[in-house]
Amino acid sequence: MDNNTILCKGNDVIALAAIRCGCDGYFGYPITPQSEIMEKLMEEKPWETTGMVVLQAESEVASINMLYGGAACGKKVMTSSSSPGVSLMCEGFSYLAGAELPCLIVNVVRGGPGLGTIQPAQSDYFQAVKGGGHGDYHFIVLAPASVQEMNDFVDMGFDLAFKYRNPVMILADGIVGQMMEKVTLSPPKPRWTDEEIIALSGSWATTGKPSGRRENIITSLAMDAAVAEKFNEKLQRKFNEIRRREVRLEKIKCDDAEYLLIAYGAMSRICEETVDNARAQGIRLGLLRPITLFPFPSEQIAAMTPQLKGILSVELSAGQMVEDVRLAVGDKTPVTHFGRLGGIVPAPDEVLAALKRTYLQNENE
Amino acid sequence: MDVNDIIQPENKVYGKTPVLTDTEMHYCPGCSHGVVHKIIAEVIEDMGIQDKTIGISPVGCAVFAYNYLHIDWQQAAHGRAPAAATAVKRLYPDKYVFTYQGDGDLASIGTAEIMHACNRGENIVVIFINNAIYGMTGGQMAPTTLIGQVTATTPYGRVVELNGYPLRITELLAQLSGVCYVTRQAVHTPAAVRKAKKSIQKAFENSGQRKGLSFVEIVGTCNSGWKLSPVEANQWMVENMFPHYPLGDIKNEELGIKDWLKQ
Repeated sequence: MDNNTILCKGNDVIALAAIRCGCDGYFGYPITPQSEIMEKLMEEKPWETTGMVVLQAESEVASINMLYGGAACGKKVMTSSSSPGVSLMCEGFSYLAGAELPCLIVNVVRGGPGLGTIQPAQSDYFQAVKGGGHGDYHFIVLAPASVQEMNDFVDMGFDLAFKYRNPVMILADGIVGQMMEKVTLSPPKPRWTDEEIIALSGSWATTGKPSGRRENIITSLAMDAAVAEKFNEKLQRKFNEIRRREVRLEKIKCDDAEYLLIAYGAMSRICEETVDNARAQGIRLGLLRPITLFPFPSEQIAAMTPQLKGILSVELSAGQMVEDVRLAVGDKTPVTHFGRLGGIVPAPDEVLAALKRTYLQNENE
Repeated sequence: MDVNDIIQPENKVYGKTPVLTDTEMHYCPGCSHGVVHKIIAEVIEDMGIQDKTIGISPVGCAVFAYNYLHIDWQQAAHGRAPAAATAVKRLYPDKYVFTYQGDGDLASIGTAEIMHACNRGENIVVIFINNAIYGMTGGQMAPTTLIGQVTATTPYGRVVELNGYPLRITELLAQLSGVCYVTRQAVHTPAAVRKAKKSIQKAFENSGQRKGLSFVEIVGTCNSGWKLSPVEANQWMVENMFPHYPLGDIKNEELGIKDWLKQ
């Protein structure tokens, strides 16, 4: 095993991955269960090695606006927070989307509403995939289910952010953030030089106006309704392109499945065991794990309906992703939700019991 | 002598700085913003830093400031420019970064961001336009609105019991160790404009020398919001604003911090 394969906590690996992928700046504010990200960055002192800036802001409102300033310069910048802090950032999300600024936001979700609980939850699905802030916009939302994916999605998140000039959110949860697993770190990449930033983003980023080019202006303001509509249509074209090109998912034992669990993040790990337990009892159960929550794998789910007798959307919420599953499936297959709330995480057999209760009652009788 | 004989380089006494664009300004006639934009542009030209300067203006009348200067510019959320500027300056330490904020923006919704940017000693310049009213939204009370002053949301005049006191945020910020230079200026006379320009230049020079945050308040007029003619607005400002917001340096290297509590 090489030196780059380590045992690491999900939150810590976000920090290591940020440094290794050439991130220019992290701006954040402490909140459980993700404070280890900034703590790890401060401990690593990347300003002495890669030159990465790490700054503890006075609030999540400030950190998201620091992200705005840094992203507007064409720099690779990121922040992290958890649910209540992310709510505070939503104004900034809307401005970032409106100004088409590439950046990375890590949300290690805890239970809500309000101050809620520090235990893991997936109750911020709507906020993450439907917008959160005002206006018609989407983030690209990645849902890691392992510490390895916490590592991999940092670099991938920045790639997608710059490819589409759009914010990307890693929607993790308290389990993925806090658990320790084996992870192979990505090989280190240097930060972009000023010349590379100008080559990549010089047509729009505020890098200082040299003589001979027009001033670059970052704004989300369009007072003329006709101009604002055209801009919004352009944004929608971008989101449609993302829907066409960037869907990512994992299918586990789906080929012969009659019943399907749909779950993401930590919940999908639990559902993997549910699938094994079900199959041991002769139930042909499969698992579809959306990796991108926006864009949602609607077509891939719809394509499975001919073989399915029922779908159970399993979430640590009162039923949020299930709405997107229903939109994908229509009335072709029954869709039901199962979830636990307030930071309670169901065991694999609890999920299986819910599946049986919903779809196999008659067969058992 | 023909007029064209007079228009010769050797006869030139004044020229518009090329840092200022030819875009017609949206500001009301008599508004102070245009003059302040011009002197900032002149300072940028004089210092030869056009390619290194990034301006940030949040919400307020100056939200359109990006139309008027030939420099890279960010429009930030209401009150948040000091946070955005913090990141820009830290990521590009060799650039000159300034925010341009009104009184509602800086002294009300953005108090946390300006306070902490000052306290961290970010090497940025803050231009703070105080005209004691919200201009963009149609003349509502600002934190700096004077006692008794009539606005759209204080139709019978500002009352302490209801609205608290006119906020001297500049004096508050001067207390913070990260701030190296704090001054209050105006642009209502040619002499005042020259002094204000010198102050802004000093602020930009401080930024270049990484001395900390430099804060320039400009007490300005909003004759539309105040419902006065431009001339009357200047007069009203001298008689009512200056006693509460006295002009001059509040903090600099020679002075230290002015003992403002005794005023």
